[in-house]
Amino acid sequence: MKLKSLMMAAMAAAVVLPASAIAETKVGMITTLSGGGAGLGIDVRDGFLLAIKQSGRDDIEVIVEDDQRKPDVAVQLADKMVQAEQVDVLTGIIWSNLAMAVVPSVTAQGKFYLSPNAGPSALAGAGCHPNYFNVAWQNDNLHEAAGAYANSAGYSKSFILAPNYPAGQDALTGYKRFFEGELAGEIYTTLGQTDYAAEIAQIRASDADSVFFFLPGGMGIAFLKQYRDSGIDIPVVGPAFSFDQGILQAVGDAALGVVNTSQWSKDIDNPTNAAFVESFQAEYGRLPSLYASQGFDTANLLISALEKADVSNADAFRDALRAADFDSTRGDFEFGPNHHPIQTIYAREVIKEGDVYTNKLIGPALENHADAYAGDCQM
Amino acid sequence: MSFILLVEQILNGLQFGIMLFLMAAGLTLIFGVMGLINLAHGSLYMIGAFAAATVAGYTGSFVLALAAALAAAAIVGAIVELVVIRRLYDKDHLDQVLATFALILIFSEGTRWLFGSFPLFLDIPDYLSGPVTLPGGIQYPLYRLFLIVVGLLIALGLGALITKTRIGIQIRAGENDREMIAALGIDISRLYTLVFALGAGLAGIAGALVGAIQSVQVGMGEPVLILAFVVIVIGGIGSMKGALIGAILVGLTDTLGGIFLPELLKLFTDPATATSVGSSLASMAIYILMGAILIWRPTGLFGAKS
Repeated sequence: MKLKSLMMAAMAAAVVLPASAIAETKVGMITTLSGGGAGLGIDVRDGFLLAIKQSGRDDIEVIVEDDQRKPDVAVQLADKMVQAEQVDVLTGIIWSNLAMAVVPSVTAQGKFYLSPNAGPSALAGAGCHPNYFNVAWQNDNLHEAAGAYANSAGYSKSFILAPNYPAGQDALTGYKRFFEGELAGEIYTTLGQTDYAAEIAQIRASDADSVFFFLPGGMGIAFLKQYRDSGIDIPVVGPAFSFDQGILQAVGDAALGVVNTSQWSKDIDNPTNAAFVESFQAEYGRLPSLYASQGFDTANLLISALEKADVSNADAFRDALRAADFDSTRGDFEFGPNHHPIQTIYAREVIKEGDVYTNKLIGPALENHADAYAGDCQM
Repeated sequence: MSFILLVEQILNGLQFGIMLFLMAAGLTLIFGVMGLINLAHGSLYMIGAFAAATVAGYTGSFVLALAAALAAAAIVGAIVELVVIRRLYDKDHLDQVLATFALILIFSEGTRWLFGSFPLFLDIPDYLSGPVTLPGGIQYPLYRLFLIVVGLLIALGLGALITKTRIGIQIRAGENDREMIAALGIDISRLYTLVFALGAGLAGIAGALVGAIQSVQVGMGEPVLILAFVVIVIGGIGSMKGALIGAILVGLTDTLGGIFLPELLKLFTDPATATSVGSSLASMAIYILMGAILIWRPTGLFGAKS
């Protein structure tokens, strides 16, 4: 496809516009396609490429590279894309620590960066940048919504746990920012831990009426299976990261009925979302996850901006991005002053549809929610 | 800190340790007999879990899944020994580390190619799920008790195999003097393949047993591999008894450290600091244990005097 579009561009340049080359936008996508977290990167990539394909535009060239979830690899790839490939826009990074290693340097070099996932607080507050746009969420958002949901569900004493790394600390901070009850316990687990027997014993010994956990990927699968097997029936809430389409099938019955918070769900009722879910399934043969929806929205934001302005005119292009004039899978979408979304975050419940575990919308947990760091952003 | 919580945590530590033993036993056997550092041992653990998840998915039988895990890992182990490992015995350790690291990458990406990037489903069978009430009113998951019992039975079986059988005598002789047992007419290359397959099978069954309560995904073996190396260094490289004692020590230290260090620090400082410093210290606890034991006994608890 790359060769074909290049040839077509070359032909067009030769035949129609012999004096000036046709404008082609190069997008560099650095994402995680191998190792333990590959499912997330693959979903972002597939959602992104689906939107490009549906737009029918062949003047957008997407170069995809695998960062292997390693910050040093991501930095090398970013250098290569900026210097050798001369891309105009970068996107794709899943993990906050990788984003922190790449984003400040590429935006300082005048490139645009559209984040389809990671939203570290450092890039939302004092470290914000005019060329950095986050299309997913600021890291704290879904946890704040979980805290708000816990209030509305009437919980007054939560036991909270997360891995001991920056996003884990952001998670517990976010939950505590909105949760009005008291804490029955607070534990930082080891990143990558797979056995939660010790933590579950502490939950059993506590007098909590709810458990909040942020354990993305395989950690969440392990925790939920072991929690169910322990026979404790204290209700659990968490952000969508342990309940996305990719891993629910591996958790199975243990996740049924658990309430989780997300800015997207496959049954959000708008035509864009319905078309997205259907076309994603037709193209890839599986249900999309929230990561896929984020990749899809990121590409549509980019396309909407390219329709208004050429990427070589940075100021006009930036204004076009800021306008966010596209149909998002989540319905209304707008950017706050720090280029992070102001959006409604929903509570969802895990259900079983036929043989497939998936999520059903319950209702909004936080409406038109902006992040807590926007005030620190000067740009 | 109630008595019930303490007993429950000790059981958790014991269970964790016994699962580590299944990994460490294979590693220490392979190192003891062949002098080979096998980083790909974690991949065999992953292969066991994937084989179990696949067979459980098709047949619904947990027993068949365990058998498949054992068979798949042992067969892959034997093939790897014949094709790759055999060429590494007379190379130095750096070459072995390089080659077996390459095997990790090949197995990880190969598994992803076959099974996709998303975790697989493997669950505890109904007859082993849920909690049981132990004497003293302690609620404890039945499956974890099952893991302790199965692990101990395998440890006993291995002990009997090594001390009581002809093949065990050959293994022990191989550890002591490779040339001499070859000179006595024992087919040393067949023995090596057998030992490697045995170690691989143990890793595979550990992967399947643990996979049922954790997540079956690519790369699941590497974190366990690191702990298994700590275990055999503590226990003394090549010693089966050392691997068992070392594994239980590591399991108990890791589990109890995570609980008691933050509690202990709360006596001296405010709860928030105690929680974060305590959990950081707890993740270092097993390495501190390893350091202390190596200062006391440089070859490990049951290591041969050098």
